[in-house]
Amino acid sequence: MSAISITTSPPVAEPVATQPLPAQTAARPALQAADSVEARSPTLGERIAPAAGKVVRALVAMISGMGLLLAIWWAVSSRIDMFPGPVVTWHAAVELLSDPFYSNGPNDMGIGWNVLYSLGRVGVGFGLAALVGIPLGFVVGRFKFMNMATEPVIGLLRPVSPLAWLPIGLLVFQEANLAAIWVIFICSIWPMIMNTAAGVRSVPQDYLNVARVLNLSEWKIVTRILFPAVLPNILTGVRLAIGTAWLVIVAAEMLTGGVGIGFWVWDEWNNLKVEHIIIAIFIIGIVGLILEQALMLVARRFSYESR
Amino acid sequence: MTKKIVQIENVGQSFDTKKGPYVALREINLDIREGESIALIGHSGCGKSTLLNLIAGLTLPSSGVMLCDGREIAGPGPERAVVFQNHSLLPWLTCFDNVYLAVERVFGAREGKARLRERTHAALDLVGLSHAENKHPHEISGGMKQRVGIARALSMQPRILLMDEPFGALDALTRANLQDELMKILAATKATMVMVTHDVDEAVLLSDRVIMLTNGPAATIGEILEVDIERPRDRLALAHDAHFGECRAAIMEFLYNKQLKRAA
Repeated sequence: MSAISITTSPPVAEPVATQPLPAQTAARPALQAADSVEARSPTLGERIAPAAGKVVRALVAMISGMGLLLAIWWAVSSRIDMFPGPVVTWHAAVELLSDPFYSNGPNDMGIGWNVLYSLGRVGVGFGLAALVGIPLGFVVGRFKFMNMATEPVIGLLRPVSPLAWLPIGLLVFQEANLAAIWVIFICSIWPMIMNTAAGVRSVPQDYLNVARVLNLSEWKIVTRILFPAVLPNILTGVRLAIGTAWLVIVAAEMLTGGVGIGFWVWDEWNNLKVEHIIIAIFIIGIVGLILEQALMLVARRFSYESR
Repeated sequence: MTKKIVQIENVGQSFDTKKGPYVALREINLDIREGESIALIGHSGCGKSTLLNLIAGLTLPSSGVMLCDGREIAGPGPERAVVFQNHSLLPWLTCFDNVYLAVERVFGAREGKARLRERTHAALDLVGLSHAENKHPHEISGGMKQRVGIARALSMQPRILLMDEPFGALDALTRANLQDELMKILAATKATMVMVTHDVDEAVLLSDRVIMLTNGPAATIGEILEVDIERPRDRLALAHDAHFGECRAAIMEFLYNKQLKRAA
């Protein structure tokens, strides 16, 4: 038995066996080591390793992805004049982000202010879109006639780039800031209407039968059955809308000017501070990621396991 | 004599489909007496649930007359409570709130909040779920969900309790348990019940009359079996009861000898 253990597991047993006095006690430690390795290796391998392995693999994947991005960036920057590499940008970022909330008048404010102004516009435009779009979605989803009436209108307007609405906003509101908010409103409202309406249409017949058997009032049907049942769809619409709104605000601000991350990018281009543009790209990405994740968190809070 | 709660006279039901009208039920004649338990049994697709939905008022008949307490059934009403097959609890409300929604609707206009809460507690207590009042439906078992569904229906103090295969989705042990409890509740409340089932034992055990439907399309009442077994009924004792066996045999004979050939 012991002879078999020793001979069958030489690679594992050998280093353990050779450490203590080799001649006399070699057999027993080797046997113990072989046994323990054979007995433990599945538990170690099955319990800890896969969990740790998953984390390690995810980390390695993430780092290699980011590394690839940095490598491409570095390669491009070293071949093109004026294109700042990762190191230059890092130093600029440290300087820029050390004082994000300074203010030297409306034309020279810290990047923190610019991001907050942009978020403010998105918040207002997006909030107004929710106020109009979600109730409209309910009506469109609940009444077939309204659905048929709005379908061609939405079908026609939805594919239009939100920026095409900017001149209309400027004409109507005579003010750049309101025009930018208007563009956000327009681009946010479609996913809200469409997802809310789809949610209302897909409320399980069971719930509506309950409402009918209990003879609930229309108000109770909306507050106790329709709204909770549709909430996950509404949140999907909200998430899609905020993603689009954050994409669009940067472009809209480039055109409208004023304080905001979009115009800040354009301004830095005019100043030829390309490293600042790259920093802005990262900041826009991070803010978008945070918005998305925050809404995912809210959505998870309101997802019901129905059965 | 005992009062008739529901009268079904020459009722037919057809649905419009792409291939033209589909006749689901024809010439249904049935009186449901106060306090009795009725089982509707038949093969799948024979229109058992259609008939129950007609009594509930969820659908209206294409022909014939349906009366409840002498008035025409024009839609659902709280005097005809329904227990759905898949319990149909609202997942975002607790068990308490699911029942309270019904209580509030039926008694809210006449009674104060404290009394409404009391009624809700009482209904959940009746089905033995006081301890799970504040749980959400996804936190409790299938049998418990169905109990909440029954509590919700009973809390409305309906004239008649309509149950659409209420225990169909449960395992055999849970089902037996709930059947026994349902019998106790029916005895205590003297409620009238109509239950759709495809379980022969369940039909005999729970009901005073078993209504056997012929196969669809154009299904109608084939036979009516009177179950003359004293209450309270005990499932263990009944296993050796001669009349219980006869009733089972009669239903099986109807389902598998007289109706199966047409189904195939």
